[in-house]
Amino acid sequence: MIVGDRKPIEEIKEMLAPYKKILLVGCGTCISVCMTGGEKEVGILASELRMISELEKKDWEISETTIQRQCEREYIEPLKEQFEKADVVMSMACGVGIQYMAEVFPEKIVLPAVNTTFYGTNVKEGEWQERCAGCGDCVLDKTLGICPVARCSKGLYNGPCGGTDNGKCEVNKDLDCAWYLIYNRMKEHGKLDMLDEIIPARSWKTSLHGGPRKRVREDAQK
Amino acid sequence: MKANSNLEKILERGEFAVTGELGPPKGNDVEVIKKKAQFLKGNVDAVNITDNQTAVVRMSSIAASKLLLDLGVEPVMQMVVRDRNRIAIQSDILGATALGLKNMLCLSGDHQTFGNQPDAKNVFDIDSIQLIGLVKRLRDEKKMLNLEDEIEGDVGIFIGAAANPFAEPFGFRPLRLRKKVAAGVNFIQTQCIYDMKIFKEFMKAVCDMGLDQKVHILAGVTPLKSAGMTKYMANNVPGIIIPEELVKRMAGVAKEKAAEEGIKICVEQIQELREIKGVHGIHLMAIEWESRVPEIVSQAKLLPRPVV
Ligand code: SF4
Ligand code: SF4
Repeated sequence: MIVGDRKPIEEIKEMLAPYKKILLVGCGTCISVCMTGGEKEVGILASELRMISELEKKDWEISETTIQRQCEREYIEPLKEQFEKADVVMSMACGVGIQYMAEVFPEKIVLPAVNTTFYGTNVKEGEWQERCAGCGDCVLDKTLGICPVARCSKGLYNGPCGGTDNGKCEVNKDLDCAWYLIYNRMKEHGKLDMLDEIIPARSWKTSLHGGPRKRVREDAQK
Repeated sequence: MKANSNLEKILERGEFAVTGELGPPKGNDVEVIKKKAQFLKGNVDAVNITDNQTAVVRMSSIAASKLLLDLGVEPVMQMVVRDRNRIAIQSDILGATALGLKNMLCLSGDHQTFGNQPDAKNVFDIDSIQLIGLVKRLRDEKKMLNLEDEIEGDVGIFIGAAANPFAEPFGFRPLRLRKKVAAGVNFIQTQCIYDMKIFKEFMKAVCDMGLDQKVHILAGVTPLKSAGMTKYMANNVPGIIIPEELVKRMAGVAKEKAAEEGIKICVEQIQELREIKGVHGIHLMAIEWESRVPEIVSQAKLLPRPVV
């Protein structure tokens, strides 16, 4: 899923300062599952803002709603009336949802309430970890399922740097060293010889470094 | 001969090599380099010039290497892949060799969050093993990465890399060295060694794989300056292991005698390392302590340095 954190209230306050009628929109998919921008969190932000409005005499009118997915037109379009009534819309979705709502209703400004951080998973209660960086050329077959791009702080392709410390990454003692995990998994599977393969310098064209990406499937087009 | 550098000639002749290290200044004062160089000249065969080590901004490694060369000391230009993509790397190598630099150490580089620009964006376009292959291709085939046409000129470089026998997983370290050898490395400088037992096991694995026949390994040493530094390094520096008895030995001498004791330990270590099969030299990292290099190499009976 896509993981994100809600922005600090001070930043949100500042963004909303010029407006009066504010529509908060949550998203019921990833960002809701990571407990950042679903129905519940929209409710919490709405009451926070109402409180601030009262204390600081802001005169804000806050309305709230949560849709299934902000990254799909069919879920966004029914919001037409609510969009029209608002001065500004604040989205609690990931960066994709925030942008797509603004694309569907280009006459409105859509502000972000979330800092989108990574593609990850909920490894245990209250903890999410990054797993993939969407690099466009997956090498998980060569690393037995542990991503060296997203999980090694230096994105190394050919084994650990010299900074591995007791299985932890040199960058942070709370972070597992990806190559330590890869080595152990290879060992467990009796495939240590995989380490001898020199993975050559890759092309980054498939990642963001080749410019923004787009996917076309003609067979799916009308 | 790959590059005809002093270091290469010494190692190829089978002499026991000594390399030193010099950190460029956090500024552009040439005097700092001159001052440090005077202690190294004639006492070591080549001197590593670090490349923004620990991700702290310093004078560029290429520029400082050239300054050192002009002072009559042979540099080993370090290059990290943290700050350069393949365009900048190849361009810098062409420039460095045009300036007369002949030794290069290929490194990943410490992560930028350690340094004085922690908010920087890093590069890591290629990794250190891919860098070794890139330099070898430039040198032996005169070809840039993924290109077939030949470049003009000669990129004569004696290719080095680092090895850390003390970073886990220990079992992987000899394999990683084998990988660097397969990529085309000519010499290796190790992380500073305090735990002889682990190092000897590492070297045994390396020799069992026959790697000592294919690459020159220089054992890294760093003299301990004080009991405090010893303790700090033992507890806080990732990838460095200092055995308890050394921590105790440094703590057991009077404060004003600590430096002397540290040097004594260092000399003993050099003598012990010399006896290990596959060790072809030492890499003496007396960081911000260059002034003590002459006495260390002299006490370790490594003088005079061979003239080749
Ligand atoms: S290799 Fe690329 S695509 Fe595969 S998991 Fe890692 S970042 Fe994602
Ligand atoms: S310690 Fe491990 S995860 Fe961290 S940068 Fe080095 S190899 Fe990558």
